[in-house]
Amino acid sequence: MPEWLENLMPNVAAYTDKFAESLSATFQMFLISGLFTFLFGGIFGILLTVTRRGGIMENPVLYQVVDKVTNVFRSIPFIILLIFLIPFTRLITGTAIGVRGAIVPLIFGATPFFTRQVEAALAGVDPGKVEAATAMGSGKAGIIFRVYLHEAVPDLIRAVTITSISLIGLTTMAGAVGAGGIGSFAINYGQNLHHQDIVNVCVIVLLIFVSLVQSIGNILAKRTTNHSLFQKKYTLQEETK
Amino acid sequence: MIEISHVSKTFTAKENNVAAVRDVSLTIRDGEVYGIIGYSGAGKSTLVRCINFLEKPDSGSIALSGFGTVTAAEGKLYFTPEGGKGQTPLSEKKLKSLRGGIGMIFQHFNLLERNTVYENVAYTLKYSGMKKDEIRKRVLEMLDLVDLRDKIASYPSELSGGQKQRVAIARALANNPKILLSDEATSALDPGATASILSLLKDLNKRLGLTIVLITHEMAVVKEICERVAVMEDGAVVEEGLVYDVFADPKQPITRRFVESSNGMGNLQKLVEQNSTLLDKSRNSVLLRCVYGKDAVGDALISDVSRKFAVNMNIVLANVEMLQGSPLGELVVSITGESGNIDEAIAFMRNSGVRVEVIADARVA
Repeated sequence: MPEWLENLMPNVAAYTDKFAESLSATFQMFLISGLFTFLFGGIFGILLTVTRRGGIMENPVLYQVVDKVTNVFRSIPFIILLIFLIPFTRLITGTAIGVRGAIVPLIFGATPFFTRQVEAALAGVDPGKVEAATAMGSGKAGIIFRVYLHEAVPDLIRAVTITSISLIGLTTMAGAVGAGGIGSFAINYGQNLHHQDIVNVCVIVLLIFVSLVQSIGNILAKRTTNHSLFQKKYTLQEETK
Repeated sequence: MIEISHVSKTFTAKENNVAAVRDVSLTIRDGEVYGIIGYSGAGKSTLVRCINFLEKPDSGSIALSGFGTVTAAEGKLYFTPEGGKGQTPLSEKKLKSLRGGIGMIFQHFNLLERNTVYENVAYTLKYSGMKKDEIRKRVLEMLDLVDLRDKIASYPSELSGGQKQRVAIARALANNPKILLSDEATSALDPGATASILSLLKDLNKRLGLTIVLITHEMAVVKEICERVAVMEDGAVVEEGLVYDVFADPKQPITRRFVESSNGMGNLQKLVEQNSTLLDKSRNSVLLRCVYGKDAVGDALISDVSRKFAVNMNIVLANVEMLQGSPLGELVVSITGESGNIDEAIAFMRNSGVRVEVIADARVA
C-alpha cells in the first residue's frame, strides 16, 4: 500500500489481510446466494405467472400456496429471519456462522423479493402474445421460454439488478450475526474499535460495488431493449452465397 | 369445411354469468371468406376462439374437414376422427396439431417485439424438425407473399401497423394452414392499410384456396371481401346468408343498422326525424325506399313510372353498391300525385322486381 494511502487510513492498512478476507467473504455470499436466489425466484415467479387465474396452467391451489409463502417471507425483517432460520441452517449446512451459515438465510431473504420482481416482469408481457403463441400450437414450455421469458428479458435484467443490490445489503446485515464479510468488518474493526477510517472505506467499497452492478444492469437492459445485444443478423445477401 | 354445431360458452363471474355464445350453429365452406359481424360484446370473438379452442366451449361440437370432430361436454373436450366413431379425450398433441392447421391474426398483431420479422415468421417452423435452410426458404417465400422481403431484419417496432399485420399474416400462414381466423385484423389500421390488408386477404383466399373466417364490427369490411356473413347479437347468430342477400334485404333491425351504417342510408332516419323540407308532409306525398336487385338496376324506372302514372318523383338519396361483382341499388324517393296513382305506381315498381318500402305516408286520408 502506498505511503499516502497508509497515512490517510492507518487502520485499514493495519488490517489489510482481514479486509481482503472480508471482501472475499462478501463476494462468496453474494455469488452463491445470488445463484440460488435467481434460480428459485425465477422458478417461483414463473409458477405464479402460469398458475394464476387465466394463466396457461391455471392452478388456484398451487398459486395460493406460492403466493402466501412468498408474502410470509417477505414480511419478516431480515435480521429476525436470520435468527429464526438458525436451526434450519444448521440442519442444512452444519453450521449457522460464517459464509456457509449465511447462505441459507440470504436465499430465504432475497428469493421472495426476486419472485415478485419476476412475476411483475412477466406480467408485463402482453397476454395477446401468449394467445397468439397458443394459437400457433406452442406448448407450455414453448410459451414460457419463447414468449414470457424471451419478451421480458430487459425487465428480467432490471429485476436481477435490483435484487443483486438488495442482496449486497443483506450480506452486510448477515455480517452482524457472525457471517463475516464487509458488514462484519465494518462493525467489528470499525465501529467497535473506533476506527472511523475502516467504516469509511467499507462504505466506499460498497458504494462502488453497488454502482457497478447498477451500471452493468442499466447497460444490459438498454441493449436488450433496443436489440443491439444478442442481435442476429438476417440479410438477403446470405442466400446468394 | 368448418361445421359449428350448437356451440355455447358462458363466462362465470362471481355476480353474474355472461352467456357469450348461445347455441350457435354455422357451416363455413372450404375456400370461402366468411364474415361474422356484430357489435363489441356480441360474442363473435369468443365464437371464433372456439374454432381453435383458445376458448373451451361449454357444449356443442366443431367439425373440421381433414381433421375430425371435437365435442365439448362438461368442461372436457372429446375427439372423434373423421368418419370414425367413438369419443376419446382430446389429447394435448391432437390439440396442437389442430391449431397447427389454423392460422390466426389479431387486432393488435401480437408479434414478438424482441424478435425480428424473420424470427416472427419462423416461429412455428422453429423446433418443428425443419432444417435451417428449409426454414429460411419458407420464411422468404412467406415474406414475398406479403411483399415485405426487405423488412426481414427489422423489428416490429420499426414497422407501420399495416406492415405489422402483414408480418402477422406471414407468420400465421408459415406452416401452411388451410384456415385463417381473423379477429378484427383491420380495426386498428388506417383506411389505406385496411384496404391493402383486405385485398391481400382476398388474394390469399383466391391463390391458396385459404378459408378465411373474419370477424369485424365494420360492414364495409364484410362488403369488401366476404361471400357470406353471419350477424351476431347477444351471443346468438340472428341472421346469416350471402352478403348480397343480407344487404339487399336485411331482416333483423341490427342487420339493417349495419347495412345503413355502411351505405349512408342511415342519414335518412335523421332527415325524417328533423322534419326536413325534402319530406314535405303538407303535400300529398309518400316517402319510399326502393332496393334494386341485380336485374333491375339497369332499367330507367323513375322516368318510366312518373310518365306512366302521372306522379312526380323526387330523388332524396341514392346509392349503388358493388357486392361480389353484382350491383345493388338503393334509392329514397319522395313521390307526389293523386293518391290512387301513387298506389298504382308502387304496385308497378314492386312487380318490376324492386323492393319498395313506405317510410312515411303524408297523404290526406
